[in-house]
Amino acid sequence: MHHLSDVIDDLRELTTGTTEEVTVTEFRGQQRIVLPKSVLKDSFGRLRDNWGFDLMVDITCVDYLNYRGARNRFGLVYVLASSGANTRLVLRVMLNEPDLSVVSAVPFWEGADWLEREVWDMFGICFEGHPNLQRILMPEEFTAHPLRKDYPLQGRGERHHFPTLTRSEA
Amino acid sequence: MLQTEPIAPISLSADEADVKAEDYLWTLNFGPQHPATHTTLRLVLKLDGERVVDAIPDIGYLHSGFEKLGEHLDYNQYVTVTDRMNYISPMANNVAWHHAVEKLLDIEITPRCQYVRVIVSELARISDHLLSCGAMGLDTGAFTFFLYAFYQREVIYDIFETLCGARFTNSYTRVGGAMHDITPLVVEKIRTFLDTFPKTLEDMERLLNRNRIFVDRTKGVGVLSKEEAIATSASGPVARASGVTLDVRKDEPYLAYGDFDFKVCCMRTGDCYARYLVRMAELRESLKIVRQAIDNLPSGPINVGVDERTALPDKRQVYQTIEGTITHFELMMNNRGFQVPQEEVYAAIEAPNGELGFYVVGDGSHVAYRARCRPPSFIHFAVFPRLIRGHTLSDVVAVLGSLNIIAAELDR
Repeated sequence: MHHLSDVIDDLRELTTGTTEEVTVTEFRGQQRIVLPKSVLKDSFGRLRDNWGFDLMVDITCVDYLNYRGARNRFGLVYVLASSGANTRLVLRVMLNEPDLSVVSAVPFWEGADWLEREVWDMFGICFEGHPNLQRILMPEEFTAHPLRKDYPLQGRGERHHFPTLTRSEA
Repeated sequence: MLQTEPIAPISLSADEADVKAEDYLWTLNFGPQHPATHTTLRLVLKLDGERVVDAIPDIGYLHSGFEKLGEHLDYNQYVTVTDRMNYISPMANNVAWHHAVEKLLDIEITPRCQYVRVIVSELARISDHLLSCGAMGLDTGAFTFFLYAFYQREVIYDIFETLCGARFTNSYTRVGGAMHDITPLVVEKIRTFLDTFPKTLEDMERLLNRNRIFVDRTKGVGVLSKEEAIATSASGPVARASGVTLDVRKDEPYLAYGDFDFKVCCMRTGDCYARYLVRMAELRESLKIVRQAIDNLPSGPINVGVDERTALPDKRQVYQTIEGTITHFELMMNNRGFQVPQEEVYAAIEAPNGELGFYVVGDGSHVAYRARCRPPSFIHFAVFPRLIRGHTLSDVVAVLGSLNIIAAELDR
């Protein structure tokens, strides 16, 4: 068994000597660790190997375009869990345009594969080192990223805008 | 002319051998419309004769932008969309959504509501497992089994119809409570179901558990080891059939699950047969939970009080009391409504298919800023190519059935 405070101290070690820092927020008993992008890969390794977070429960993203008080455009969310110790942890990484790329979690957790593809599809976040970063839910020829806040609910990308293929052309 | 000399074996270089090997492979499109996929999903299979060399899932045919809709519908309205995610067990989705919303809004629901939600989500689990086991039986040739399962699903539909008026798309839960309270008639129907279902369950087990055809087609097919199950984030019956002892109901007891006595059903083998057996065993455990919940159903209101201004009051209160009228209007007006913090929260329940979580971001307004759903089908379908490699084409349906892939939840 381990306490989340030890995990946080271990991750803080990664940023010593740099200007960046690891911050921790809590809401309704759920602790969230906000990491700078530069230490993400090392954090993945430490969390999986030293602290037993062997389950990648979910990867998602939030677009804070019109969010009151937000300083960053995108916030990635990694929900991790430990199958042995029954603990959960939420990791956050903040991203801003134009550098919307982040290291892939697939080398550490195989289950991250499709989850990262979905985030790429919906938000246009690029995961470096992903084995097959393609669109997963939207069609391949789709150009926009529909869950971004500047993509309207109606009026763009509807089916009647797609070219129609006949049997002889297919 | 008759050839007398034996044909000399052709030797190929490694590169040539690869090309030649590719020549044998057939590409087969499985779906998107296929009776055995049950829903709209497509697989591109690479076949060597009958053997599947590789499978490439191609999803998105049923993508309907549910998460985008969640950013435009308020916390009560969005429950109708969650119905359409895993439409095999919509009640569990309703409970999952409002579980996350109530965690965000910090609403403590009443003990009666907790019990009622446990009852409906366990009935949903029974109906989901009946369908997934039944469809798996159907695809492997056991039609009678499927009909037995579907008859019992019909009984559960009837219970839900009596409870909330809808058979299929229930939309039963509300923020801080539920649409209707559970009535004595519903309790009676559930009790009848509890008494009659075990007999059918025994019949079903006798039909299939030792059925030679079924066992031959599922045992040793689609094996997922414990390490693979953890690495690929599998959850629910799929993970438990591989020996991962995770169950959100036990690990982080939500609602009233701490009060009930039930077991987490696990197997070690991780094949299709194990996944079937885990589901069948979970049916019995769910029955146990429903029986305990019905016997100890707390009295009192189902909704959070009118003064708290969180749950929609019922129509009698709205028309006959001033508090009810005020609460109704407050909640219905977009600029009043709930007190939503500018915060975000992840909350999950153990849905029939696995861990169903919602990541809800509130921005102070009446709609969620982001309503992310963590769908178990999506996670499990990613494992599919690994499970089917090396097996035959006819095993595709057995593996699909045992994973219980629901395309509406997969694509959202």
